Amino acid sequence: MPGIIGRKVGMTSIYSAEGKATPCTVIEAGPCVVTQLKTQERDGYDAVQLGFGERKEVRTPNALKGHFKKANTTPKAKLVEFKGFEGLNLGDIVKVDIFEEGEFVGVVGTSKGKGFQGVVRRHNFGGVGQATHGQHNRLRAPGSIGACSYPARVFKGMRMAGQMGNKRVMTENLVVLKVLTDKNLIVVKGSVPGAKGSTVLIAK
Amino acid sequence: MDIIKQLENELVEVKNFPNFKSGDTVIVSYKIKEGNKERIQQFQGVVLQRRGSGVTETFTVRKMSGNIGVERIFPIASPFVDQIVVTKKGAVRRARIFYFRELTGKAARIKEKRSFSTIKK
Repeated sequence: MPGIIGRKVGMTSIYSAEGKATPCTVIEAGPCVVTQLKTQERDGYDAVQLGFGERKEVRTPNALKGHFKKANTTPKAKLVEFKGFEGLNLGDIVKVDIFEEGEFVGVVGTSKGKGFQGVVRRHNFGGVGQATHGQHNRLRAPGSIGACSYPARVFKGMRMAGQMGNKRVMTENLVVLKVLTDKNLIVVKGSVPGAKGSTVLIAK
Repeated sequence: MDIIKQLENELVEVKNFPNFKSGDTVIVSYKIKEGNKERIQQFQGVVLQRRGSGVTETFTVRKMSGNIGVERIFPIASPFVDQIVVTKKGAVRRARIFYFRELTGKAARIKEKRSFSTIKK
């Protein structure tokens, strides 16, 4: 999937010609620089590495400096590989105009961290539902997590309490409402994972 | 945030409405589409609150339809909101006058705000 790296700016509303308000997310995407070309012969697969965002020269290790020098560009903050691009050379610039209005895209982001959460919040368990009849302190407990001597273990993937959020999430099939190439902005319908200012990937 | 505001200015046009706040009595002219025809409906009532900012701002208008209270929420940037006319300035102390819902009869009156500028005229 060809795609681009961006930064979530925030949400707003757009009114259609029929006067319908559509909630939408504004993403500042690109311009991205092609920093490396992966080839079948050399790496075993074809891909393009894109770089986005500026990075201080003094904070860049020498090894990475050399990597960016090859592409003849300044150090970039984010490097992501994309498959499916064709005809790109080292140092080329990819802009938001690879997307069209009305097209469906998927947006990858890191969801907002919620910390360690119980099963009621994390997996939408019902909880006990009553405070009396001997519940004492069991109101939000998960209940049974399995049988006894057979299977004598807890099955993998059992839904339990734990870290919620702060995880890579992809929202699929978002409609592209606007592409503003001169401002490097793209507006997609609906919400996108992550906080304002966080890095997102937009893929076709 | 600035990028969002710029974009809002570009993409959405907010009409120049008169200043109004909670407690004011307004007449909202609202365009209604029926098939191909377009007509204007008026909704007169008391503004309960203004909410949000920029193009996502909305305001709530409450009126008594017979004995039943009717509330309508209008997005301020909606192309269907044609005109807002302030008929009465209300003297209220709150930005959101939800207590007004519980008031009926004589209690459900809002004191009119007397502004000196109008007296001078």
